[in-house]
Amino acid sequence: MVRDRQVSQGARRAREFEAFVAGAAGRLLHAATLLTAEATDDNPRARRLLTLSLAHTYASWDRLRGEDPYDRARQYLASRFARAAWHQYGGLGRARPHPDSPLGALAPQERLIVVLRLYEGVAEEQAAALLGLPTERVRTICERATARLLHPPRPPVPKVAGAKVAPS
Amino acid sequence: MNRPEREAAVRRIMERTPPQVPPELYADVLRRGGRMLRRRRAARRLMWMLMCAAVVAFTVWALMVHPWVEPPSETTPPLSNW
Repeated sequence: MVRDRQVSQGARRAREFEAFVAGAAGRLLHAATLLTAEATDDNPRARRLLTLSLAHTYASWDRLRGEDPYDRARQYLASRFARAAWHQYGGLGRARPHPDSPLGALAPQERLIVVLRLYEGVAEEQAAALLGLPTERVRTICERATARLLHPPRPPVPKVAGAKVAPS
Repeated sequence: MNRPEREAAVRRIMERTPPQVPPELYADVLRRGGRMLRRRRAARRLMWMLMCAAVVAFTVWALMVHPWVEPPSETTPPLSNW
C-alpha cells in the first residue's frame, strides 16, 4: 500500500518536474550564460550552474508547498553564482569574460544585479534581500551598469609603435 | 534617454542570442537531484534512529537506576544503643 503510494507519487513528481524543466530550462540557461559571460555555444559554467540549481529544485520538489519552483531555482542559481564569484574574486581561476558576451564588460556582481533586475524582472527589494545589500546600493549598481552597457568607455588607444622614436 | 528606455535597451541587448539547452541536461539533473534526495532521506533516517536509540537508552537507564529515589544517607552513622 505505502509502496504503491510512493511509486505513484514519484511518477507524478517526475511528470511535473519534467514539464517544469521543459518550460524553464531555456530561460534559466540564458540567464546563467549572461551571468557567467560565456559564449552562447560554449557555456560549461552556465550549464553546471543550471544543472545544480535544477537538481536542488528537484530535491526539494515535495516541500515547495505552493512556492513557485522557478523562483526557487532562480534564487539558488543567483546565490550560488554570487558565492562562486566571491571565491574566484581576484584568484587565479578567475574566468575571463568571453568577448561576444553581452555583459562581458561588467563585473560579476553587476552582471548578477542586471540579470536579476532587468532580464528576470525581480523587484529591487527582492534582489536586495537575495544579495544581502541595501536597496539603494542595488539601484546604484544597476544604473551604473546600465550606463556602462549603453555607452561603453572607449578602449584605450593602442600606442603606435615607433611613432615618437626619432629616426636614426 | 530616460530610465525605462535605457532599461529596455539593455533588455534588448541581453535577449539577442538565447543559448541552446543541451539534450542531456534533464538526465543529468535527475541523476544529481535523485542523489541529493537519497542523501537527505538517509540523513533524516539516521537522525531519527539516533534519537530513538537515545530515548530507549535513557528509559532503560532510568528504570534500572531509579534516579528519582532519594539515596540512603551515607554520612549519618546508624543509630544504636538508643
